[in-house]
Amino acid sequence: MLKVENIQVSYGNIKAIKGISLEVNKGEIVTLIGSNGAGKSTTLRAISGLLKLKGGSITFEGERIDGKEGHEVVAKGICQSPEGRRIFPRMTVSENLDLGAFLRNDKEGIATDRERVLELFPRLAERITQKAGTMSGGEQQMLAVGRALMGNPTLLLLDEPSMGLAPVLVDMIFETITKINQQGTTILLVEQNALAALNVAHRAYVLESGNIKLSGNAKDLISDPAVTKAYLGG
Amino acid sequence: MAGVTYKTRQLRRRYIERAFATIAVVGAAFWLIANLIKSPTQFFEVTFTGLSNGILYALIALGYTLVYGIIELINFAHGDLFMLGGLFSAHFITLWFGQSVPSAVGWGVLALCLIAVMVFCATINVAIERFAYRRLRRAPKLAPLITAVGMSFILQFVGLRWNGSGQKIWPSLLPTGNLSIFGVRLPYTTIISFAITIPVLLVLTYIVTRTKQGKAMRATAQDQDASRLMGINVDRTISFTFGLGGALAGAAGLLFEQTRGLTSYNLGFQLGLIAFTAAVMGGIGNLQGAVLGAIIIGVIQGLNDGLPIGLGQQWSNTVVFSILILLMVFKPTGLLGKPTTEKV
Repeated sequence: MLKVENIQVSYGNIKAIKGISLEVNKGEIVTLIGSNGAGKSTTLRAISGLLKLKGGSITFEGERIDGKEGHEVVAKGICQSPEGRRIFPRMTVSENLDLGAFLRNDKEGIATDRERVLELFPRLAERITQKAGTMSGGEQQMLAVGRALMGNPTLLLLDEPSMGLAPVLVDMIFETITKINQQGTTILLVEQNALAALNVAHRAYVLESGNIKLSGNAKDLISDPAVTKAYLGG
Repeated sequence: MAGVTYKTRQLRRRYIERAFATIAVVGAAFWLIANLIKSPTQFFEVTFTGLSNGILYALIALGYTLVYGIIELINFAHGDLFMLGGLFSAHFITLWFGQSVPSAVGWGVLALCLIAVMVFCATINVAIERFAYRRLRRAPKLAPLITAVGMSFILQFVGLRWNGSGQKIWPSLLPTGNLSIFGVRLPYTTIISFAITIPVLLVLTYIVTRTKQGKAMRATAQDQDASRLMGINVDRTISFTFGLGGALAGAAGLLFEQTRGLTSYNLGFQLGLIAFTAAVMGGIGNLQGAVLGAIIIGVIQGLNDGLPIGLGQQWSNTVVFSILILLMVFKPTGLLGKPTTEKV
């Protein structure tokens, strides 16, 4: 479904990713793990068209999408819940969700997806008229994921959905990610919480300073001594 | 102990501030009442004049605040765009359509001119953004700012070439005379400015709050990258905003030219500065604030210019800017501006 081939991205003179290739198949949860500054978020931002590539290619459902603008990538069916949540703070929860469906015109489909999101995150239903900027970090994270789902994506990119959350909420977010996947959405998940990510994912890529260091089935990687040592605190 | 003295000092300062504010408000009220008693008709007439100046400022102020709201740029060229709008209207009505007195045809030409001048100024503003500002969007803030100053000069010299160096007087298609209500004379020209401005402002409010494009504008103003992730075409949204601001400046240009009957190449600088002040006073980036600030400035000017007991016209700008400075000292975000609360 998504094929990233040898992409390179630089910020000024600094090479943030030096040649990453990865693949996401339909129906999967694939996770990108690695330490801070490994290039995980940069990879997602490049896929979403927010960063220009220095080289390589990105193909989605057989079509090149590198070089497309951010809004064109969304139109292809790739939605992202970005790092740091980036919800619209001065708008209500309801308006934020509406913006997630900005490109859609199917009123019924939007209503169904809205119901689905509020079912996944009942907390958002309670806060529907509240200004998003006044909510807690966990609620904002739910909104960010919910907003991305409102675009009815074929591929959902999640960037650090568990960052800064209380442990109870972390578990809840990962349960929800599994649920979203079971409802038919393919997911590419970036996480620092490697263990939790490997537990929900089918396959995983381990990034280190802008390169792919390891890849394979999530289950195999959990028990891989190199991964355990570097990322799982064992 | 140090904490206590700090607290008392804070309290004392607050009392002094309150006392000053009370004195200022009571003084202003006293001044207004004295004038109202002395000459009620004149009081209402100058308030009305002030209001009509205020809504003209509002049309221009909105252009500053719209653009600032979306890309945090003070578009210095905006006042000059208004000036070009006035020049365009004068040529359109008087030279191209040969209208110089109120008539049925004149009304038609006026309506046509309103549309034409809005399109004209919107196009220029969109072009300026496309060619001068867009490339600088990720540059340090000073680069687009100085570019805007440069654009202002360019437009001013276009105006100088088009209009000549002096003021030019033009005939008006608006009926002269006054509507008299209880002895208060309200000029038809002012009534017509209201009749044009208020629907324009209502349409703007509708666009920003109710349409998809307006939603895209508000989202882009808050977070450009997040807006891209929603599928919003950020470049087009910014273009649209410049177009909207330009159209309002065009309408203001036509109104000014028709109500005052004059054009001049440096009008943009003078009125632009007042309108920019209004936008800051109301809280830059806030649409209602811009209208409120503009009306307050217009009314203060009107009252000070026209009341029998007052400082008189030559002090009007001093009064306006003194109030602005006081307001900025005590409420730096402007009347309706709010400091943003964002959690990261």
